[in-house]
Amino acid sequence: MLSRTADDLFWMSRYVERAENVARLLEVADRMALMPQDAGGTDEWTAVLIAGGVAPLYTELVGKVEADPTLRFMALSKENPSSIYNCFSVARENARAQRHTITRELWEAINDTWHGIRDMTPEKVEGMGHTAFFEWVKSRSHLVRGALAGTMIRDDAYSFTRLGTFIERADSTSRILDVKYHLILPTEEVVGGAPDYYQWAALLQSVSAQGSYRRMFGDQIRYTNVAELLVLRPEMPRSVRSCYDNIMENLQNLTESYESPPRCLRMAGKLRARLVYGEVAEFTGQESGLHEFLTEVVDTNLQIAAQIGKDFLLTAEADDSPLAIPENARQEQTMG
Amino acid sequence: MFEGRQDAMTPYDEMTANDGSVREAYRELEHWLTTTTVETFQNKRKEADLLFRRLGITFAVYGEGGDPERLIPYDVVPRVITGAEWSAMEKGMEQRVKAINAFLNDVYGDQQIFRAGHIPRDIIEANDAFVPSMMGVTPPAGIYAHIAGVDMVKADGEFYVLEDNVRTPSGVSYMMGNREAEMRLFPGLFRQHRVRPVDHYADFLRDTLRSVAPYKDREPKVVVMTPGRFNSAYFEHAFLADRMGIELVEGADLFVRDEVVYMRTTRGPQRVDVMYRRLDDEFLDPQAFRKDSLLGVPGLVSAYRAGNIAIANAIGNGVADDKAIYVYVPEMIRFYLGEEPILNNVPTYMGRRDDELKYILEHLDELVVKEVHGSGGYGMLVGPASTKAEQEAYAERIKADPTGFIAQPTLALSTCPTFVGSGVAPRHVDLRPFVLSGADRVRIVPGGLTRVALKEGSLVVNSSQGGGTKDTWVLED
Repeated sequence: MLSRTADDLFWMSRYVERAENVARLLEVADRMALMPQDAGGTDEWTAVLIAGGVAPLYTELVGKVEADPTLRFMALSKENPSSIYNCFSVARENARAQRHTITRELWEAINDTWHGIRDMTPEKVEGMGHTAFFEWVKSRSHLVRGALAGTMIRDDAYSFTRLGTFIERADSTSRILDVKYHLILPTEEVVGGAPDYYQWAALLQSVSAQGSYRRMFGDQIRYTNVAELLVLRPEMPRSVRSCYDNIMENLQNLTESYESPPRCLRMAGKLRARLVYGEVAEFTGQESGLHEFLTEVVDTNLQIAAQIGKDFLLTAEADDSPLAIPENARQEQTMG
Repeated sequence: MFEGRQDAMTPYDEMTANDGSVREAYRELEHWLTTTTVETFQNKRKEADLLFRRLGITFAVYGEGGDPERLIPYDVVPRVITGAEWSAMEKGMEQRVKAINAFLNDVYGDQQIFRAGHIPRDIIEANDAFVPSMMGVTPPAGIYAHIAGVDMVKADGEFYVLEDNVRTPSGVSYMMGNREAEMRLFPGLFRQHRVRPVDHYADFLRDTLRSVAPYKDREPKVVVMTPGRFNSAYFEHAFLADRMGIELVEGADLFVRDEVVYMRTTRGPQRVDVMYRRLDDEFLDPQAFRKDSLLGVPGLVSAYRAGNIAIANAIGNGVADDKAIYVYVPEMIRFYLGEEPILNNVPTYMGRRDDELKYILEHLDELVVKEVHGSGGYGMLVGPASTKAEQEAYAERIKADPTGFIAQPTLALSTCPTFVGSGVAPRHVDLRPFVLSGADRVRIVPGGLTRVALKEGSLVVNSSQGGGTKDTWVLED
């Protein structure tokens, strides 16, 4: 398939996933703001901005971190490239460019979403209630994924679309966990009623994992268990491990016919090996902390995304890709 | 693009004859129009708008503020053409486009028609669209105008060709989109009428493009080339690529090595054999034409000259569809095909001929005068609608450059029943069918794009000026 098509589809699904993750972050912060001040406070909103990677931009454009301005900035701002508005807008631009590649159902799901966010105003969000707004964003993302799963041919286009989702999700889950870890002093065992308990509970909620946690670990929320669930557990669909299972699968599908694995596949395989064979104690100890590990995951994930671009000619400066030299091209010409 | 004077005479209405009787082809439709409520029409129109938006059948207008994605107003009342009318038009269009292809071969080849004295050579040389570097370059199978849009109007019950479009005619996606919408909105009407389908246009187009591939020893790789997603007709480019099941490429997706065109794919470079391009000649290749073009592919023209790629439509077609050469199309038909033209030309006076120039200047108040190289309805004088002062000013322009102008009598364009918000009323229409010329044969789907002037009395059907579109039905006899 056309490299640009792959690139557009990759970013289309990345941005839909990002919109969903921003909504999840905001939902938690909004809920925490209902807690007594010492449980949440403005730290929650700072955490949202840091996890979204837009804290400096916010300071520059808005200033003081407060609930409503942060919510507006992350939800509807046209100046914030990671706002839900811009995420859906860019996703839709990419989908529009590939209108002929994706199915009608997928296009309509994304296009309707864009029309919905375009007509959204702060007043409307207040009118419908914050929770309803976050639910709407999440449900749109679910709908897009559902249309993709239910209607798209399982070909290279599908694989690139899936890659976008899981690269973004791996990034998001790592960041959410890292930022929370900063905010909460990790105590070995958290007792119900303490502020930290709510923090960890909210974190689980933000990735729809409260129930799963209870089933797997019982009632007590321990931070090592939370870390294990979000980083190492293959059955948790938003865990980094699960994302990398999917990334590997899709990269393997894309490179089946290759004689040797391209660099991005090797890089992803190495990271996945650490997630598969690693133990939670390795990165939750005093010596090498969770923060260091998560920072590394975020960096490596970023490098893998860039390498995918190079290996499949998605980026203009992909000259070190084995595909860039048109060897088969010359052969074909002599045939012609 | 339409001109004429509404009060010149009673315009021909395609549904109702002058004596008030309903023409045969519209009998069922007339009954439906009189028994359907205004409210139903309004609801259906809203439904259609929603449908077009959801499908992304829009055109883009940037730089005017507001939502860049606009809908071309869709009139839910179809236009009907009888099978008999259509078969004459079909033959006429095929003949016309064959002659135009022969002419283009001749212009960029031996130039016999000039030597035989049928067309003055300077008409070509004065045209900026003439590309001298294409002299002696024969495109695969000798086809230049693979896709032609023949604009026609009906006046006094007869169809006239108003303009040939053999560069990059657009609008076919609306022909197909309108049919899809009409079938969803009013399935009952299709049970009452035997409407000939148009959905196979994409198959016809793909077959046409494949037929001109320069190499026959392998499956040809065909692509649609677009200037990009910010082009106003981008939707149509994507739509056609989708319906043909082929890649939609931009200049940056392609590169040329050793006079062969490749596209960048996730599995390495892939050779391109046929390109249906939707950008103008001058942007195709910065090495051959405009140096500042970022939309094209450096080296594309060298690959074309080497015979390694077919480009549809061919480079340099603009010499065959301007307003001066239009006058000579009947002459081309006689010269190349030895036949009499089937379709009418609108009588045209040329500023370059002294006696006709005199006639134009004396009848400015009743003629429509156009610039030879103008387009889109700009820079023209509609005599009956102009003031004395405007006519005098225009006369000075004509005298300064007589060869730059032509004039035509105002036509009483036909009208069709159209939903106008408060009810159904007659509105002026034109028609653009699409003619596909391949190495094997000519293909035409029965129908085309009907544009309608929605404002009362208006003759301007351009979408930028309040024009809309209609589903166009050719009935089975």
